[in-house]
Amino acid sequence: MATKAFQKIYTKITQITKATCSLKATGIGNEELAEVNGRLAQVVKIIGDEVTLQIFGGTEGIPTNAEVTFLGKSPTLKVGEQLAGRFFNAYGDPIDGGPQIEGEEREIGGPSVNPVRRKQPSELIATGIAGIDLNNTLVSGQKIPFFADPDQPFNQVMAMVALRAKADKIILGGMGLTNDDYLFYRQVFDNAGALDRIISFVNTTENPPVERLLVPDMALTAAEYFAVDKNESVLVLLTDMTLYADALSIVSNRMDQIPSKDSMPGSLYSDLAKIYEKAVQFPSGGSITIIAVTTLSGGDITHSIPDNTGYITEGQLFLRRDTDISKVIVDPFRSLSRLKQLVIGIKTREDHPQVMNALIRLFADAANAKTKMENGFDLSEYDQRTLTFAKEYSRNLLAIDVNISIDEMLDRGWSLLAKNFKKEEVGIRQALVDKYWPKSN
Amino acid sequence: MSTKGKVKGIIANLVIVEADGPVSQNEICYLETMGTKLMAEIIKVIGANAYVQVFESTRGLKIGDVVEFTGHMLEVVLGPGILSRNYDGLQNDLDKMEGVFLKRGDYTYPLDVDKLWDFTPLAIPGDEVVAGSWLAQVPENGQPHKIMVPFVLNGKYTVKSIVGKGQYNINEQIAVLIDHDGNELPLTMIQKWPVKKAIKAYREKPRPFRLLETGVRIIDTINPIVEGGTGFIPGPFGTGKTVLQHAISKQAEADIVVIAACGERANEVVEIFTEFPELEDPHTGRKLMERTVIIANTSNMPVASREASVYTAMTISEYYRSMGLKVLMMADSTSRWAQALREMSNRLEELPGQDAFPMDLSAIIANFYSRAGYVFLNNGKTGSVTFIGTVSPAGGNLKEPVTESTKKAARCFYALQQSRADSKRYPAINPIDSYSKYLEYPEFEEYIEKRIGSKWIPMVNEAKTILQRGMEVSEQIDILGDDGVPIDYHLKLWKSEIIDFVILQQDAFDKIDMLTPLERQQYMLEKVMEICNLDFTFDTFTEISGYFKRIINNLRQMNYSDFESEKFVGYENELKNIIKEREVA
Repeated sequence: MATKAFQKIYTKITQITKATCSLKATGIGNEELAEVNGRLAQVVKIIGDEVTLQIFGGTEGIPTNAEVTFLGKSPTLKVGEQLAGRFFNAYGDPIDGGPQIEGEEREIGGPSVNPVRRKQPSELIATGIAGIDLNNTLVSGQKIPFFADPDQPFNQVMAMVALRAKADKIILGGMGLTNDDYLFYRQVFDNAGALDRIISFVNTTENPPVERLLVPDMALTAAEYFAVDKNESVLVLLTDMTLYADALSIVSNRMDQIPSKDSMPGSLYSDLAKIYEKAVQFPSGGSITIIAVTTLSGGDITHSIPDNTGYITEGQLFLRRDTDISKVIVDPFRSLSRLKQLVIGIKTREDHPQVMNALIRLFADAANAKTKMENGFDLSEYDQRTLTFAKEYSRNLLAIDVNISIDEMLDRGWSLLAKNFKKEEVGIRQALVDKYWPKSN
Repeated sequence: MSTKGKVKGIIANLVIVEADGPVSQNEICYLETMGTKLMAEIIKVIGANAYVQVFESTRGLKIGDVVEFTGHMLEVVLGPGILSRNYDGLQNDLDKMEGVFLKRGDYTYPLDVDKLWDFTPLAIPGDEVVAGSWLAQVPENGQPHKIMVPFVLNGKYTVKSIVGKGQYNINEQIAVLIDHDGNELPLTMIQKWPVKKAIKAYREKPRPFRLLETGVRIIDTINPIVEGGTGFIPGPFGTGKTVLQHAISKQAEADIVVIAACGERANEVVEIFTEFPELEDPHTGRKLMERTVIIANTSNMPVASREASVYTAMTISEYYRSMGLKVLMMADSTSRWAQALREMSNRLEELPGQDAFPMDLSAIIANFYSRAGYVFLNNGKTGSVTFIGTVSPAGGNLKEPVTESTKKAARCFYALQQSRADSKRYPAINPIDSYSKYLEYPEFEEYIEKRIGSKWIPMVNEAKTILQRGMEVSEQIDILGDDGVPIDYHLKLWKSEIIDFVILQQDAFDKIDMLTPLERQQYMLEKVMEICNLDFTFDTFTEISGYFKRIINNLRQMNYSDFESEKFVGYENELKNIIKEREVA
C-alpha cells in the first residue's frame, strides 16, 4: 500500500512494546490503519492525543523516529471475480506472482447479518463420509470445526470434504499453516482441477503471528462478496483457529488486559463468535459455510479455546484412530452436528434419525462391553454380539475412507442391525422396523 | 439545556467523554461520528469524565467527536403491539431495519404507530387509580392487553376523563388523570420504563405454588417448576440446552413467552423465527409466535447491548405480568451476559474476581432472578413471571463463578450431564443432582394433591429412590462385574432403567412424545411404578436385560402412540403378557 501524497508524517514514537507502539497524533479514527516504517499497523487505543498502534509484523527494529503515516481507513480488501484461483497473504496482497486485484475496496470485519434476514439453513452438504453424512450431517450455512490433536489427519479430511462438497467457491484461510501443509492444499486442489474456484489467504509459520488476526476477516470478506453479490455457495476453511486465538492472547497481553481462563483475553468468546457467525444462509440463495480446525492439546476440550468454540459453532467433529480396525474414524460419541435435525429424515430418508441413534446406542453398548472385557469380566452373549457389530460398524460406516450415498449408509445400517440384533433390541419405532428390516432375517 | 460532551479517549467500545454539565450513572448518550449517532451508556464517572460503553462498533470514532446526553437511563417503550415482534437487545424492531446487514446507528421504533386498536375502557371518570391500575383493554393476539396507569407515577390519581369504546392508535390521548393538587396528566396507550429497575406495581409477592406445566416429563414429574418460579439449566456444549429450552418455550402452559437470545448462535434464533409462526400453541391452538416476543442479541451483535438484552426482556415480562398474565421468560445464555459484564469490567481496569469476572457478579445475578415471581396485583388479580436461564459453564465445570452464583439465586436446578448426552439419553438432565426446591413447599404440595391426588409426591420420591439405587448398583457392577453381584442387583438396575427410558427420556423431535400432559405423565408413572413394585423370578442375570428391554420397548412404543389410542392399548396389553411370563404371583 503506497503512501499517498499530502499525508502528515509523524516521526516521534513515545513508547514501543513487542506488538504495539504509541505516538502523539490528532484527528485519528479508531481502528484506522497506519504504516510504521512501511509496516502495516492498526489503531487499537486513543487517549487524548496519544494513539496506540498494533503493528502486525511485530515491532522488531522499529526506531523511535520511525515514519508513521495514517491511511484514513480500516483494513480493506479489493473484491472481484478475479479473486478466484489466487493466493494472498494476510494483507490481501498476492503471493502467487500474479497481478494486483482491480475491484471495489471493502472494509474487512464488516457488520453482522440482521438475524431476521437470515434464512434457516436447509441444504444438505453431502461428503460421502458416513461418520459425517449419517451421524453428523452438514448443512450449508453451518459453522463447524474439527477438534483434533495436531497429529491427526484433519487437513486431509478437510480438503476431501471441501472438494466433495460441491461449493461454488472454496476460500482457505490459513493461520500459522506450515509451509508443507500450505503446499499440500495447493497440490490437492490443483490435482482435483479445482484451483479456479479456490481463493487462499495464507499466513504461514514463517510470517509474524499477529498478522494472523487479519486472515479470517479477509477470507470472510471475500466470502461475503461471492455469497451476497454473486449468490454463490461459499465454503470457508479456517485452519488453525487455535493459532488465531493464541495471537489474540499475545495482543491482549501487550495491551495490559487482565487475562481470564487459560491466559486468554476475556473477550475470546465474542472475538471467535464474530468470525464464526459470518456463516449464514442468505435468502437470495447465497451461503457461507465455515469448516474450521481447532487443534487440541492432548484431546483436552475444557481448554478455553475449544470450550468457547464449542459454544459458538454448530457442533464439532472429532477424529480418532480406531485400533480395532486400524483406521481413522469420525468419533460418533463426541462429534455432533447441531443442524442435522433440519435435514435428516426431511431431505434424507424417513428412517435416518432412528437408524442413526440406534447404531450409536449399540456402539455405546459395545464400548461398555469392551470396558468389561478389559477389566477381566465375563461377557454376556449380548456383549459379544455388540462387539462384533462395533467392528463392522466402524469398518463399513465410520471409517473416513468410506465414500457412499446416504441411502446406502442407511441400508448398510439396517443390515448390520439385522445381522447382529433382534428387532426389539434396537429400540426403533415399530412402523420403521416393519418397513426397513431386511426380509431375509 | 441538556448536557453535551466531547470524546477524549477510545479503548474498543469503552469511550471516555468529557461532559460540560451534570450526568448520571447509567444515563444514555449518543456519540456522533461521521453523521451517525451511536448509543452508549454511562458506566463510570470521574470528575468531568464520563466512561461510557458504546452499544455499537466504535470504528472510525475520533477524539473531539460530539456527545449528547439524554438525561434518562436505558428505557423500553411499553404498549400494545409488542407480541410477535423481534427486537434487538435495545428494543429496536429488527424487522423494520432495511438491508441484509445491520447498520450501525440504525435505531427503529419498537411499536406500530399507525395500527388502530379496539379500545374498551375499564375505568370510569372518578375512579381512584395508582401506578399499574387497569384503565382499559385492547385485544392483542387473543390476549386482553391492559392499558395501565404509567408505572413511573407515585401516589394516588383520579381519572378525570377516558375516551369511549372505539379505535385508537398508540399515540392518541385516551385518558386524563388528575393528581391531588389538581394537575392534569394526559395519557396515551404507551409508557416508558428504565429496564434496570424492577416494575413493582403489585400488592404482594407470595411464595409461588402453582405448577407450570412444560410437557417435559423429567421437569414436570421429577423436578417441577412453578408459575413465578426460577430455574436454571447449566450444561456443557452439546448436552442439549437449546433443544430443551426450545421445547419448554414451545410447550409451556404460559400466556406469554419472552425469549432473550443473549449472545448465542444466530441460527438458533432463526429456528424460532422460522418455526414459531407455523407451530401451534398446544393450549390455545393459535400460532406460537402470537404469544412470543423475541429479544435477539446474538453472539456477533454488540457486546454491550447483550447485557441490556436480558433486562429489556425482563421488563417486557414484568409489563405483561402487571396485566394479570402468566409470563414465561427464557434467557439463553446468562453466561454470555456475565461475559459482557466481564469484558467491560476489564476495560474499566476494575480489580477482578474469580476467572476475571467482576466482584459483584453474584449480586447482579441474584438481583436479576429476584425480578421473577408470582404476584397479587393491586386489584387482587394474579400474574407471574417464571424465569428459566441457561448457563454455559466454561469447560463444563459447575464450580465456575456464573454457575455458582446462579445456584444461590435460582430455585430449580436442571444439571445437564455430558455422559447422559453422550449415551443419547435426552433430555440429558441428571435426575439425581438436579433439584426443585418447590417440592418442599407445603403450598405446592397442597396444590398438586388437589390437582392429581395425594399419592403423587410419595410416588415421585419413590421413583427417585429407585433411580438413585440403580445408579449405585451400576457403579458396583462396573467394579465387580455382572456375575460379581447378586441377581437382585441386576433387577434393581433394570427397574431404574425402566424409569430412565420411559419417564426421563423423551424424544423432543417426535410429534407425540415431545409433549406429555400432566395426566398422561401420571398414568405412565403409575404404570412404571407398578412394574417396579413387582417381584420377578430369574435363574441367571443374563436373562434379565433381554426381558427388561422388551418391557422398555413396549412402554416406549406407548410413549410414541396417541394417549389411550388403539395402538396405545395394544402395546399395553402386550406388556401385560410379557409381565405374566416372569411375575411372581
